[in-house]
Amino acid sequence: MHDVIENGNLGLGAAAADRGALWRVWRNAFPFVVVGAIWEAIAHLGLFPAQLFPPLETIAAVFVRLTASGVLPHHAFDTLIRLTAGFALAAVFGIAAGVLMGRSRRAEDILLPLVSIGAPIPGLAYAPLFLLWFGPGNVPAVALVAFVSAFPIIYNSWTGVKAVKEIWLRSAQAMSADDRRLFRHVIVPGALPYIVTGLRLGLAQAWRILVAVEMLAAVPWGLGWLIFGAQEFLNTDVMLAGIAVIALIGLGLEKFVFQPLENFTIVRWGMMT
Amino acid sequence: MGHDDMTPMRALPWRSESLRRGALTLIVAAALYEAPARSGYLPPALTPTLGDIAHTLFASLADGTMLLHAAATLYRVVVGFGCAVAVGLPLGVMMGRFRAVENFVLPLTSALMPIPSLAWVPVFILWFGLGNTVSVLIVFYAALFPMLLNTWTGVRAVNPIWLRAAGAMGANEHALFWKVIIPGASPFIIAGLRQSFLRSWIAVIGAEMLAGSDWGLGWVIFDAKEFLDTDMMLASLIVIGCIGFVTERLVFGSIERATIYRWGMARSARG
Repeated sequence: MHDVIENGNLGLGAAAADRGALWRVWRNAFPFVVVGAIWEAIAHLGLFPAQLFPPLETIAAVFVRLTASGVLPHHAFDTLIRLTAGFALAAVFGIAAGVLMGRSRRAEDILLPLVSIGAPIPGLAYAPLFLLWFGPGNVPAVALVAFVSAFPIIYNSWTGVKAVKEIWLRSAQAMSADDRRLFRHVIVPGALPYIVTGLRLGLAQAWRILVAVEMLAAVPWGLGWLIFGAQEFLNTDVMLAGIAVIALIGLGLEKFVFQPLENFTIVRWGMMT
Repeated sequence: MGHDDMTPMRALPWRSESLRRGALTLIVAAALYEAPARSGYLPPALTPTLGDIAHTLFASLADGTMLLHAAATLYRVVVGFGCAVAVGLPLGVMMGRFRAVENFVLPLTSALMPIPSLAWVPVFILWFGLGNTVSVLIVFYAALFPMLLNTWTGVRAVNPIWLRAAGAMGANEHALFWKVIIPGASPFIIAGLRQSFLRSWIAVIGAEMLAGSDWGLGWVIFDAKEFLDTDMMLASLIVIGCIGFVTERLVFGSIERATIYRWGMARSARG
């Protein structure tokens, strides 16, 4: 499809595909080499103070030093624990509430107004409120992450259960499935693509909000706090090293959590949407 | 997905039973909040009564401060979001049309995208100082990637049969682009606009809290916390929710109705 559109470049694209793995590695690395070179040039020309615009080798040295001394892993570990705790809470309550809303009209009538009022407010706007109510530290951070990531999970589970085809339910009932089997073998698999989408969106939300919450909530360890704290001391190299770790964790979440999850469930059942 | 995930929302039964239960829920929720707030067991500074919140909201609306805060926030969102669209839309189209651009931009995008925009706030504060620049740049960063990726996907998803049909009917490159590719990609582009706006709305609040400067809804909330001014916090929260809701439903909803639903292309709209 893509090749047809850019008919002019068709030959080039096909040839590129043939040149194999080495070419692919270079193709993906090339943009970073260019951007890195520009960064280095600016840093070494001295247009900006080195304190504010450190060259890449300084950032790499800080990264290695902080990793070796265990500071960076400790920050990353605490951030991941908070992410896991908040997201797990959101997943459990979100899926439960969403499925309940999808199955029972009464639950839907009761929960939907609350969900539709809470959802459009950006989660971060609640942060100061949570800080006042729960005090600084871990509790408001985890609570806020859970609260924020619950909305897409609730919404998608609800939609998923509602999107299970009536005809599947009826044929299962005609084949004398009881309520439990109907739920386990028809509704759950039918709604699962939506639930997985919801979990994915929820985790992305949780991740985006967590770093900011760590900056606001004055937690003792955590990548957000590392970056925010480093600002006080003009440690731009530490901040950029922290951002690099954040990018790595974000990529890791995508590659090692969600793609396998999707492959194991949706793709295997042939329900990729 | 597409159309399906709209259906429950649209076919929402506005039966009197549902309305009654919905209203009842809200009343019960309000009562559940109001009872402990009035009981005196909780400090009134932390849990103001609903009356207090409404009073603060109207007072701040009447003397215009809330409107000025909202205007400052909206200004930052509009500038950042506008720049993101101005960059993301053409770049996304070029990524879809030219393999070389795609090869260059896509790896950078996938490396930068997992970094939450708010992680850049401290760095940007050091580079650009406190103030508008930081918030606008954060909004730009947050809004850019959904715009870029949706446009790119949209251009690539244009049905090749349409292109060949138009080509067979003698359309030149120019006509092909404006008459086939852009309308064909528009459901994705509009979805991208919507997503970008949502992201910028979240990002601007965070950026204002961290890099605030006197005006802005995010700054009000954060500033009110210092003075235990909880009713002001909740009042701004309500304003934030209302603006977000109105833009999301009314503005983008009507754009969708005027374009993709009318063109009969809603199926691929919300991917």
